[in-house]
Formats: sequence, structure tokens, C-alpha cells
Amino acid sequence: MKKSQIEEGIVKGFMLLSFSLVVCSLGFILVTVIVKGLPALNLDMLIQTPKGGYYLGKEGGILNAIVGSLYLAGGATLLALVFSLPIALFLKTYSRRKWWADYVRLSLDILWGIPSIVYGAFGFTLMLALGLRASLLGGIIVLALLELPIMTRGMDEVIRRMPIDMEEAAYALGATRFETAMHVVLRQMLPGIVTAILLAFGRGIGDAASVLFTAGYTDRIPNSLLRPVASLPLAVFFQLGTPFPEVQNRAYAAALVLTVIILVVSLGSRWLSARMGRYTIK
Amino acid sequence: MEPHIQVRDLNVYYEKIHALKDIDLEIPRHQITVIMGPSGCGKTTLLKSLNRFLELNESTRMSGNILIDGEDIYALGVDVTEVRKKAGLLAQHPFPLPMSIYDNVAYGLRIHGMCPNGRSVDAKVQHYLLEAGLWEEVKDRLHFPATGLSVGQQQRLCLARGLAIEPEILLGDEPTSALDPISAQHIENRLMDLKNEYTIILVTHILRQAKRLADYVVFMYLGKVIESGLPGEIFDNPQEERTLAYLEGQF
Ligand SMILES: Nc1ncnc2c1ncn2[C@@H]1O[C@H](COP(=O)(O)OP(=O)(O)OP(=O)(O)O)[C@@H](O)[C@H]1O
Ligand SMILES: [Mg+2]
Repeated sequence: MKKSQIEEGIVKGFMLLSFSLVVCSLGFILVTVIVKGLPALNLDMLIQTPKGGYYLGKEGGILNAIVGSLYLAGGATLLALVFSLPIALFLKTYSRRKWWADYVRLSLDILWGIPSIVYGAFGFTLMLALGLRASLLGGIIVLALLELPIMTRGMDEVIRRMPIDMEEAAYALGATRFETAMHVVLRQMLPGIVTAILLAFGRGIGDAASVLFTAGYTDRIPNSLLRPVASLPLAVFFQLGTPFPEVQNRAYAAALVLTVIILVVSLGSRWLSARMGRYTIK
Repeated sequence: MEPHIQVRDLNVYYEKIHALKDIDLEIPRHQITVIMGPSGCGKTTLLKSLNRFLELNESTRMSGNILIDGEDIYALGVDVTEVRKKAGLLAQHPFPLPMSIYDNVAYGLRIHGMCPNGRSVDAKVQHYLLEAGLWEEVKDRLHFPATGLSVGQQQRLCLARGLAIEPEILLGDEPTSALDPISAQHIENRLMDLKNEYTIILVTHILRQAKRLADYVVFMYLGKVIESGLPGEIFDNPQEERTLAYLEGQF
């Protein structure tokens, strides 16, 4: 065999290995969650809040955690969006002062890598200082901090990849700045922006450590931003920690619900960006 | 006849690069003016000064005047989008808009409100795609993304799109650079037809193309206009050594 053929073979082997590793671990996780969670899952779990004795195996559901997680991640994603879009635009506009933009990007990348428990601890200290108690608001703020670097860097990449020639093509036809922004720039960037938003949402909804101290946990659905709120990751955590097998199975059911939400969000974002991205210039 | 475009004492700088130096030009109406010169001599920059594209780049500075129909296009209160609609630029690198083939042509019509009712859009899109010699290739996939086209097809799409806004002046920056000789010939023939209605300024590196098309020739070198005049004078009897050297292929 020639050297190039051997090399080719090795590369192919590694590709196959990494491919099967990724697919198998996804499959394994899904199978575990489904096998263990599906039997415990029923309609009551999805539409009821925990009744007395729920954590001992009596009736009730995890509606508090489902709604709580959607509130937390939804609110955090909105909040993060309010900040990250301007930051990303700012990074492009001021990219001429390159060292500055690079510094901001580096900070965002570091923030991205910080473990969420550190965000949680930071948020907790902040809330103590402000006299806030564990609440929906606290959880939203900390999750927003967690999501911010993911979203901003995602958008930054999208904006950076926006070809200047494309804007010029529109200007050359006599389009105004507004028309160019709405019909051309936005159309080109929207799929990427939506992907960045949903990616951040997915990260936010799945995180347990950052909401542990900041959002608290409750069996009720909060009616105010200042009330504590439950979340799916913590529902998994607490139920798995009980000594009762029924309750542990419900933890898997909660994990299944969370996994399905994340699956829907990521497949949805794929579908959406493929649909909106039909005409974008790659 | 009064020239369509007058360039007076034009100087352009990118940061510290002095890209155009003391340009004085008169571009005749309804003729094809060919700009020639070695790479980097400022041809694209000159075209971009004519449709106010230089100001898109913050680092450019310019001085001097450019008059179209006797009016200074850089004067205060001039609507820049009007200038760009009047002087349509076909960029050196074709760049489709993120839309379908059809919408690429229809876009300009729509933003300028040139088609009050829907049917005439169809007709115009077909008309300009025919003009650019692209219709036969795309008529069955008008609503497919424009990115699916080959570079040469994109170049013709950009020509169709540029013609559709009905400019008075066509600024073509090597509009046939990605085309085979037959397609290029087709575009050349279109340009010959179009010059009855349009003032055309064409940048080209192809000497034969220049000879076939030019009514007026401008030769540039290192940011300066070295020589300009009728093709008979410039091609057969250049007064400047650098023109001669370029024509003989010494660059
Ligand atoms: N955006 C820019 N920033 C800085 N310098 C530039 C820019 N665009 C052009 N220049 C410089 O200005 C000079 C003229 O460039 P221009 O693009 O007008 O040349 P050209 O004659 O069109 O060349 P070509 O035949 O290769 O297209 C060159 O020296 C070029 O490096
Ligand atoms: Mg050029």
C-alpha cells in the first residue's frame, strides 16, 4: 500500500470513530431517558403541579418546573437579546479600533467558558448585596449573563460574515440605507441570528447550577417576578436525590421533558434557519 | 455636444494612498468610453467616484468636482440614491442579492416604484434577462436562489439587474471578465445597442474588446490620466510612451 492510501485510511478511521462516538452518545442518552422516563410520564405530570406528598411518590406533576423553566429561559433569552444585539453591532461598527473589539471578543470567550456554578455563586452574592431573595427575576438575570456570551458571539460571527459587497450591490441599485438594512442585510443575517438566539435558549433552559441559588425552587407557579420559581434541571436533581424509586423514575420523566424541549428547539432552529436561509449567500 | 459627465481636478485618497491624481475628464453622451490601464491604476476608484460609492468607505477622502448634466453630484442636498440610480454600477465582482433570480432583477423596480402593477414586473424581468442574455438559461428556475448560478451567469444577472433600474449611465467594471468569448461577445453586442440610450463607461483589460467597442478611450497609469482621445488616435498613434508600452503588452 502507498503511504497516501494508509494516511487516507487512518483519516477515514478517525472520522468514522468520531462520528459513531457522537451519534452513539446521543442515542445512548436518548434511550436511557426514554426507557427510564417514559413509563413514569403521564398526562398528570405535564398538567399538574406537585400535590402534598408528591416527593414521596403521591400524585401531582411537574408543571411548576416546566412553566418555570420556560419563564426562566424565555425571560433570560429576551434580556440577553436586548444586550447582545447592540454589542454585536457595536463590535462591527468599531472594528476599526481593532484591539478594542478583539479585547471584547476575548472577554466574551472567557465568559463563555466560565462554569455556570460560578455564575450562580456570583449571582447569589449580587442578590445578597441587593437584598434580593431567590426569585424568578434573580434567575432570569443570572441566566441572561450565562447566555449573553453565547448569543453575542454567535451574532458577532454572523455580522462579521456579512459580505460588504452585498450591501454595495444594493446601494448600486439606488437602495437607501434603510432599504438595504431591511431587505438585504437582515435577510442575509436573520437565519444566523435566530440560530444564535435558540442556541442560547437551549443552553439557558438546561442549566441547573446557575439557578440553584438564584431562582430557588417552589411547587407553585410564580405570579410575580419576585417569587421563587422551579425549573426542570432542578426537578431532575431533587427527585433523583430522593430514596424512592417511583420518584427517581419521575426524575427521568422530567429529564425526558427537558430533552424533548431542547430537541424541539434545536430541530426547530435548524428548520427555521434552513427555511429563512434559502436565499442567503453562503 | 456638451459632455454627459465632467470630472474636474479629482483627487482621491485611501488613508495615505493617493489613488487618483488631478483627474480631468469629459465623458461624451451616448457613447462608449473605455478606460484602460494596468491593475491598481485607479480605474475602479474612478468609476466609484461617479456613483458616489467612495463615501461608503470611511477612510477615503476626495476633492474636486464631478458634474453629470452640468450638476455637481457631490453638492449639498443631492439625493445620493438618485445619483446611484442614474449612474448604475456593474461591480467588478458580481454579487447577487440574497433573493431569487427573479427578485434580483425585480428588486430595483420595486424600490423605485417603477412597476405599479404586478404583471408588468414579470414582463420587465423577462425583458432585462433577455437583454443580458440570461433568460434562456434561467427561465425555468426564476424562483430559485441566485447563488445557484455560475459566476458568469451571476455577472449577467447583475447586468440585467443594473439595466432594470433604467440608469442613464452604465458604469461597467470589467463586466465580461468571467465570461467565455461567445457570451462576452453577446454582452458586447448588447452594449453596442444600448449606447443609443445610455452613456457607457467600460473598464476592460481586453484590448480587442476595447478596440471593438470604444468611441472614446482613456488610458490611466498610477492614478493619473495619461492620455485620452478617439480610439484611432490612442490605439494607432499614442503620444505617450507609457500608453504605447501598455498597448504592446509591456506591463
Ligand atoms: N478600499 C481600499 N482601501 C485602500 N486602498 C485601496 C482601496 N481600494 C483601492 N485601493 C488602492 O487604490 C489604488 C487604485 O485601486 P483600484 O481598485 O481603483 O485599481 P484598478 O485600476 O481598478 O485595478 P484592477 O485592474 O486590478 O481592478 C490601488 O493602489 C489600490 O491598492
Ligand atoms: Mg478594478
